[in-house]
Amino acid sequence: MRGIQLQLSQTQKVRLQKALEQLESLSSKVNSDASVTIADSIPVNHEDGVLKGHGTTDLNGEVVATLCGVVERVNKLVYVRSLRSRYKPEVGDIVIGRVVEVAQKRWRLDINYSQNAYLMLSAMNMPDGVQRRRTALDELNMRCIFEEMDVICAEVRGFQHDGLHLQARSQKYGKLSTGQLLTVPPYLVKRQKQHFHHLEQYGIDLIIGCNGFIWVGEHVEARDDMVEDQVNQTDPQVLIPNKDSVSFEEQEKNYTALETRKYICRAANAVRVLSSLGFIITLEIIKGVFELSLSSNLDIHDMLGSEFCVLVAEKEAERRSSNKKKR
Amino acid sequence: MEYVNPEGLRVDGRRPMEMRQIRAEIGAVSKADGSAIFEMGNTKVIAAVYGPREVQNRSQQMSDQALVRCEYSMANFSTGDRMRKPKGDRRSTEISLVIRQTMEACILTHLMPRSQIDIYVQVLQADGGTRSACINAATLALADAGIPMRDLVTSCSAGYLNSTPLLDLNYVEDSAGGPDVTVGILPKLDKVTLLQMDSKLPVDILENVMQLATEGCKAIANYIREILLENTKQLEYRRGS
Repeated sequence: MRGIQLQLSQTQKVRLQKALEQLESLSSKVNSDASVTIADSIPVNHEDGVLKGHGTTDLNGEVVATLCGVVERVNKLVYVRSLRSRYKPEVGDIVIGRVVEVAQKRWRLDINYSQNAYLMLSAMNMPDGVQRRRTALDELNMRCIFEEMDVICAEVRGFQHDGLHLQARSQKYGKLSTGQLLTVPPYLVKRQKQHFHHLEQYGIDLIIGCNGFIWVGEHVEARDDMVEDQVNQTDPQVLIPNKDSVSFEEQEKNYTALETRKYICRAANAVRVLSSLGFIITLEIIKGVFELSLSSNLDIHDMLGSEFCVLVAEKEAERRSSNKKKR
Repeated sequence: MEYVNPEGLRVDGRRPMEMRQIRAEIGAVSKADGSAIFEMGNTKVIAAVYGPREVQNRSQQMSDQALVRCEYSMANFSTGDRMRKPKGDRRSTEISLVIRQTMEACILTHLMPRSQIDIYVQVLQADGGTRSACINAATLALADAGIPMRDLVTSCSAGYLNSTPLLDLNYVEDSAGGPDVTVGILPKLDKVTLLQMDSKLPVDILENVMQLATEGCKAIANYIREILLENTKQLEYRRGS
């Protein structure tokens, strides 16, 4: 079975099997034979006219799938939604990426796409919040903003001639620190109105990137960049933080409370469990798993054990069936 | 030596037209984009696909299509006598090339420009027909990685010993020195993408042997399709909506 590589006892196996069967029966009522594999022909009504979308080709007048996935029909359009594949960017998506290179006026980011994405220096707000022309000095100081291996949150701007471009024109985007980056298959993340979440009672931030990168970290208050006045505008060089001489007070200030760190780990493990089971990942479901682990008094490391995995599967089956009844 | 006894059974007890037991499993390597294990009798192969991803060597980047790379290797413990083989020996370079060309023919590379797809196949147990097993494993892994393909490629070998065409040779029959025909086909399009043969065969017999191998390929294609469909359904229902 894909993804679940745990030692399950006999009863756990039976329970997991039962939960998964329940999930299967819940979904099969909606679309029974929409799944296709490569080179399966998709039944279409040629009289209405057909628009072939992604994952399909034409073979002797037949519409044939070129991917493994689920057939989706929107009016005349027929396409195959692939499941396990790399991220396909869409304009406006919120993504999380890792800097692989600092290049001329831009950073190259790995966002789990078939190419690297570019974040131009001019497409982001400066950390000091001042709107101005980017000078040659800024270009030289790019490493002070983001370095290689930094984790960054940004928005997809679109395709330019040289590749995919990102932008980070708000204080909520930018470098992410004090937290964990998790990678899940992108098909488990659904595009929603809100991808930034703040869990107030635990003091943690949760960013669910559309590209399957999920950030769990300490909550940071988004600064309002307009408050900053022109008066205290100084030479940009002064703003460069000198890493070696961080004072003791500064370290104290940046210290994350143990409690918060524990919550971060717990939320991260909740995501890990969900991705290993292959369940869709949304805020509500992560919260549900999180609270399930808290209420059952589990240690953080026990969340990755077989018992909790089975428990989550059962809860998910229960949740989906109750959702179904409501409708 | 007698490879087909008077009762019409082969060395391992199969009929001449019988294939070995096949088994496939998707998702063997967790960090890869796609992966699979494929077994044909005692031959066992693992394949992992990474990509489409950024091209590592910038000079190889193509602006209109993807770069496909393949690496074949045999585990030291895969054969009867444990040998330390150098990584780039001629046999494995040749098989890497064969697999690459076969897979490249079916991947729709023009849909993924400026990227690279890496296929790694490793033989865990060798018992004849590793070339075919590798191609089948690579197909499964590519399909799992969600890479668009024209068709599934499947491959099977056949031979001719004791004036009988034999399907899916094992190691003993393979090392008999007789003709060994490896065929790779696209089952839906009904096209041949790979045809290799050691030693010689008369043309009329080659036709029969090839026909037999093609039948084998089709049987494998059916099996692979079943596995893929089951996997897709499972992923979909687990994800929910």
